[in-house]
Amino acid sequence: MNPTKYMNPYLAGFFLGLLLLLTIYITGRGLGASGAVKSALVAGVETVTPGHAGSATFYKEYLTEHDNAPLKNWLVFEVIGVLIGAFLSGLVSNRLNLTLEHSPKIKPRTRVIGALLGGLLFGLGAQLGRGCTSGAALSGMGVMSTGGIFTMLAIFGGAYAFAYFFRKMWI
Amino acid sequence: MGPLVPDIIGNELNFVVALFIGIAFGFILEQAGFSTSKKLVGLFYGYDFTVLRVFFTAGVTAMIGVVAMGHFGLLDVNLIYVNPTFLHSALLGGFIMGLGFVIGGYCPGTSFVGAAIGKIDGWIFIAGSFIGVLIFAEAYPLLEGVYKAGFWGYPRLFETLGISQSLFAFLLVFVAVGAFWATTLIENKVNGKPNPQFSPVRIYLGLTGIALLIGLSAFILPDRQEAFHNTVSDPAFVQNYPLKEMSPDELAFRLMDNDKNLRIIDVRSPAEFEKFKLPKSLSLTTKNLFEKDFAKLLNLNGKINVFVADDELTAKQAAVIADKLGYVDIRLLTGGLQQFRKDILNFTKPDTALNRREADTFRFRERAKNQIPILIEQNKETGTIKKTSKRVIGGC
Repeated sequence: MNPTKYMNPYLAGFFLGLLLLLTIYITGRGLGASGAVKSALVAGVETVTPGHAGSATFYKEYLTEHDNAPLKNWLVFEVIGVLIGAFLSGLVSNRLNLTLEHSPKIKPRTRVIGALLGGLLFGLGAQLGRGCTSGAALSGMGVMSTGGIFTMLAIFGGAYAFAYFFRKMWI
Repeated sequence: MGPLVPDIIGNELNFVVALFIGIAFGFILEQAGFSTSKKLVGLFYGYDFTVLRVFFTAGVTAMIGVVAMGHFGLLDVNLIYVNPTFLHSALLGGFIMGLGFVIGGYCPGTSFVGAAIGKIDGWIFIAGSFIGVLIFAEAYPLLEGVYKAGFWGYPRLFETLGISQSLFAFLLVFVAVGAFWATTLIENKVNGKPNPQFSPVRIYLGLTGIALLIGLSAFILPDRQEAFHNTVSDPAFVQNYPLKEMSPDELAFRLMDNDKNLRIIDVRSPAEFEKFKLPKSLSLTTKNLFEKDFAKLLNLNGKINVFVADDELTAKQAAVIADKLGYVDIRLLTGGLQQFRKDILNFTKPDTALNRREADTFRFRERAKNQIPILIEQNKETGTIKKTSKRVIGGC
């Protein structure tokens, strides 16, 4: 069976906006993603080397802020939901299949390195920028936060600035 | 009034809410095509602007919703999370994320979406983001300086720009519509053919129309607070507004009786309040009446809220607003604090009383004149209430 067509982008955006509004109305906060990675990482470090997690500033601050229960975090639950929701969407639209997606012009290995490095930079940048495309840019725009909108402009500005150098990976 | 957490929805239930919101979030992103890196980076090479369309539409929709709900008193905007502004790290972090975007083809949220439907590159991206956070965590002592530099507080962009919220929202809608139009032209040029799905004039004109109407209504209609203030700015209206009153004698009696149901709402300035305040009184401004914190406080059952100010009219203006907002058991101190001072605190007994009843009143006032200053002295330290609700903590 062929995959179903993607939803009209404006309609999808409208639904996404309503969801963000509902989230703000119910919880007072926006959507996010990278924060869950941080929670999971802190939990992991705490399990593997409790001594280190207890002494290094970053972990210490995070654990204090979260009552020593890093996984009991709103974003962790939200991201578990994202995985479920995206899976369901793939299921109903026939898009579930295990693939390494890459441009025919590059080797799978190049894509693997690119994805790993890209993820690394995004993870690092999202910590520095206090949020990623969801938490800082989208949610920031919803509440018109100056910092969020600056981060959004920097993300897209940065991507356009560097796009030329990595064009062979995509086109 | 929103946000519903933590009063209506508890912190534990909030995690369940998070799960369901996440499911909807993941479903919408996948349906929009955010599970494939090829589509996600399309806007940087001009062949597919889906990300911009979805992202901008969502941002504008939510923004107008927040403005409208705040405007009509459905959401206390003072309590919602606004991302802080740290200029240096916002720009540097954003730039690094942009680089990560064109190299990795995902952002954190979309990598989860891709991973969920079996994209191996999505899983690898997630692994990479763990390493990135680990590097940040380990290098935190080195990065802390830039991380915390350039702190501007929690401004919203219209405040930074010094324009009104409605004007800013309005401008952003126009920028969005302009961007939709321009990028569709670019996209058609790059691809050499128009994509019929991407020129859904009807849908987005419809949505923009609704958005503009809401925006325009917020632009023209004064907001709820302003509307109430306008109503009470007419003294004749306020004077004729029916409200139950409480005489200075009754107030004095209730104070001396230590009436547990009595609460005095003092609407003078906080400075005046500090100089002189009656027992059982709270300092409030009319602005506070619109906040969620005070709504909780004023709705406590069984309390009688007596509004006072130096003169009766000022107190009555606030009391009328409170009444119109639906608060119950509101009373107004007859003649204001001026009358209270004259009748009770600075009472001078006339030489003759007309009748027995008046003689009783005079005797009572003499007693109150002695007792109430003692009560005032005992209650010097109370009466200023601190805000209990804080902004929601959010962010990534």
